Amino acid sequence: MAVAAADNSFMIRGLFSYRLFGQTFWITTTHVALLLVVLLLTIFAWAAGRTLKRPSNVPGTFQNVVELAVEKLDQMVDGSMGVSGGKFRNYIGTIFLFILLCNICGIFGLRSPTADYGITLLLGLVTFFLIHFNGVRRHRISHFAGWFQPIWLLFPINVIGDLAVPLSLSLRLFGNVMSGTVMIGLWYGLMPWFAKLGIPAFLHAYFDLFSGAIQTYVFCMLTMVYIRDKME
Amino acid sequence: MITGEELILACSAIGAGLACIAGIGPGIGQGIAAGHAAAAVGRNPGARSEITSTMLLGQAVAETTGLYGLAIAIILLFVKPLI
Repeated sequence: MAVAAADNSFMIRGLFSYRLFGQTFWITTTHVALLLVVLLLTIFAWAAGRTLKRPSNVPGTFQNVVELAVEKLDQMVDGSMGVSGGKFRNYIGTIFLFILLCNICGIFGLRSPTADYGITLLLGLVTFFLIHFNGVRRHRISHFAGWFQPIWLLFPINVIGDLAVPLSLSLRLFGNVMSGTVMIGLWYGLMPWFAKLGIPAFLHAYFDLFSGAIQTYVFCMLTMVYIRDKME
Repeated sequence: MITGEELILACSAIGAGLACIAGIGPGIGQGIAAGHAAAAVGRNPGARSEITSTMLLGQAVAETTGLYGLAIAIILLFVKPLI
């Protein structure tokens, strides 16, 4: 019976429903966590903008943190995108902060929004759109000549390879965060009470902080690598 | 007496376990990548940060096939498409 009680503790739950145009919509745990993440990011962006509008020569703690973050971001984008990187700093920085905050939600008792396939598929599709938008903008019609590259017989394989990019990007992020969520949920649901006393701290540190940070970095790096590939 | 639905549930659980065998491949691949990265750092300690980021990127790509298996296992267990 314990299994049955614990069975759905780590899946997406609907909190309340409302009807609109004859359809029933649910506000789920994903929406709540997303709303908190977006609020936090908005407040951070507002505070950072206000601080950097009047920078002091001797930076305080907050200004130091913001300057360090911008410096590291510039280093990362310039290192992997080279000369074409300049315009992508804003986008990469935005998704980096967003995915990072979404991944470490689990440590605060929320369900990570990135453990919902709807969120990660959207991120993957945005990357897919950016790859081909920038490719077409740089190479015009010859961007599509890449599909017939070695010989025209390979056209279907090239198209499948292009379509697999958003799928693998989104499944990688989803799978990693979801596996962490499931494992922590199973530990809380199935273990006797004395096993929940301090051991979950290590699980949270590994699955939420370490794995979440690595997957954020990997998602941003792969996005940059794919975009640069099509722009050269 | 086992009903048809219970049989499908049991077989789904077995299938989910079998799908997780996909984790063997990425484990071996990531281990090889980490081993070669360690050797590279030993030979050229100055390039440590670049080697680490390349290794992480390669490991993340190698991990994808294992995650496909995990996705199938999760779908079989929680979405129950066969019932």
